[in-house]
Amino acid sequence: MHLLEPRPQPSRRMRWLAPLIAVGLTLVTGTLLFLALGKNPLQAFIVFFVQPLSSGYGWSELLVKASPLILIAEGLAIGYRARIYNIGAEGQLIMGALCGGGVAVLTDGMNAHWILPAMVVAGALGGAIWGGLAAWLKTRFNAVETLTTLMLAYIANYILSYMVSGPWRDPGGTNFPQSVMFGDSALFTVLIEGSRVNASVFITAAVVLAFGLYFRNSFVAYQLEVGGQAPDAARYAGFSAKATVWISFLLSGVTAGIAGVGEIAGPVGQLNLNISPGYGYAAIIVAYLGRLNPFGIVWSGFLMALLYLGGEAAQVSLQLPSAITGLFQGMLLFFLLGADAFIDNRLRRSKKAQAAKAAIQPTAAAPTSPAALPHES
Amino acid sequence: MIELLIPVLAATLGAATPLLFAGLGELVTERSGVLNLGVEGMMLIGAIAGFACAVDTGLGAWAGLAAGTLAGAASALLFAIPALSLAANQAACGLALTIFGVGLSAFIGQSYVSYSLPGMQPLPIPLLAQIPVLGPIFFQQSAVVYLSVIVFGVVWWVLARTRLGLLLKAVGESPEAAHAIGYPVLLVRYGATLFGGAMAGLGGAYLSTVYTPLWVQNMVAGRGWIAIALVVFATWKPSRLLLGAYLFGGVTILQFHAQTLGIKVPVQLLAALPYVATIVVLVLISRDRRLLQLNLPASLGKPFLPG
Repeated sequence: MHLLEPRPQPSRRMRWLAPLIAVGLTLVTGTLLFLALGKNPLQAFIVFFVQPLSSGYGWSELLVKASPLILIAEGLAIGYRARIYNIGAEGQLIMGALCGGGVAVLTDGMNAHWILPAMVVAGALGGAIWGGLAAWLKTRFNAVETLTTLMLAYIANYILSYMVSGPWRDPGGTNFPQSVMFGDSALFTVLIEGSRVNASVFITAAVVLAFGLYFRNSFVAYQLEVGGQAPDAARYAGFSAKATVWISFLLSGVTAGIAGVGEIAGPVGQLNLNISPGYGYAAIIVAYLGRLNPFGIVWSGFLMALLYLGGEAAQVSLQLPSAITGLFQGMLLFFLLGADAFIDNRLRRSKKAQAAKAAIQPTAAAPTSPAALPHES
Repeated sequence: MIELLIPVLAATLGAATPLLFAGLGELVTERSGVLNLGVEGMMLIGAIAGFACAVDTGLGAWAGLAAGTLAGAASALLFAIPALSLAANQAACGLALTIFGVGLSAFIGQSYVSYSLPGMQPLPIPLLAQIPVLGPIFFQQSAVVYLSVIVFGVVWWVLARTRLGLLLKAVGESPEAAHAIGYPVLLVRYGATLFGGAMAGLGGAYLSTVYTPLWVQNMVAGRGWIAIALVVFATWKPSRLLLGAYLFGGVTILQFHAQTLGIKVPVQLLAALPYVATIVVLVLISRDRRLLQLNLPASLGKPFLPG
């Protein structure tokens, strides 16, 4: 039942190989799944991964979907490096969208240049408040953040539902729970004619560069990492564990909130109940798949975006439910975590092989103490 | 007033039942030192497996419940292999199971959206059901509600009174010590995890084949997460879990009876109440670190690999 034994040293190669192995295993399992469903796997893979990228429009849609995923994952990764498990980015996204969208709804009919920047600021604030709430619950009351952030995500969804079916419902519209369609001054400029790619991708690019070039090497980032991984050492060095929690949550709240504004002031164009197809949850996988590295997250974000596009294409061409995307997301994370186990461990060798090896090098078999083993990916 | 409250309290027991099943399962899992955050996913897999089985075989709710239980246990295995045998991060593996379960259940459920099941007739218990007030509340429920109380009794008894319970707690407290004495730590953890999955699956199948009884995408609606929170609220003790489940059953039911009780709050905000309440109880328990630590399994969430 025990399949592994610790490596003498963590494998650096495995750290970057694990995501590739995970993607490979997901493809293999996907093939089996398509076979079981009576679909031609080759055709399915063409529909999933080739067809979406065979047109310029497809590539532009890839960018539209990758941008929010990358933006959210950048914020989450900072927390995860500090071992703060914010898994409710979906709620922070919704609150950001709600606050940003509120500005648009209240200024409906106005034409001013300040509206869109105000929406972005309001969205960042909304996300930060929702993230900050979890930080407060954790630092003040010791409430575990995995549960509180998730509960807050459900609550955010109901608040959104209330606002778009009550106070902010489109008065001239049908009875659907949705706000007015936003005017031009509340929308990001479309960059490429005929596509949905808009100026919000510059925010994502700026965040990637800022986190990748500056923040990652900054003293604050170092403090965060120490504060999360060795709270006692951090306290000794004078770093505050509470500050770690607050910074992690505020940063991930801000990025998720802005991503929410990017959706409502971009492809969605209004407040409704379908702002996000689970971007906040998918971004968790994006962050891990990108090794919590600001640049690694860019490629994993595009991969996840392709999975979303593939799911939509599969619905049209293969008559498969688009929920297949979620199925692949879960598999991908499972395989990644399994492959990650091989960073610190290796397959257990049989007793005989071990004895033979010990006979050759009697001193090499120094077992690591079990206390040193538990690791978090 | 009593006449108004009787149906509310009776419905509370039904609403609490999935939470009680899933919570008891997670409590046993956590007592062995394993933190499985995949309860929501396992409940969804149990819900769709139960519903699909009941619809396709026509054998009724009991067949659905059995299928949901099995499917829940099978899905727990997906968590157990990386989290236990490969010693991967348990929190992340549980999250993967939830994401997978949401996707899988929606994928399979697509073709079951338009069906509905007859549900299950209540089973009044002779004599007891005739007691005024208490009878209609406690003894005119569906058989599954009684089953959940039996499962509670068994879990309580095993944990408090048997060698098996002692072994389970020993493994959760100190896997190193249990391993050194010669107990099969991983086997115990596999067993506890599969039991947790089976109970979550049963809770999910109850929702889709007895309680609703329909299939709606994401119909578990956070109950899996609430069940995990209830285990914390219960400070890992079955009797407090029972209390917590009925408390939350009541909170869930409140939104449907708010109007008759004269509460004027928009429906969406009332629907958010169970999630707000979850945060409140988490805060109440967690702020007292001593109380929280009292029964907290010492090795909870930490992988175990013998050297």
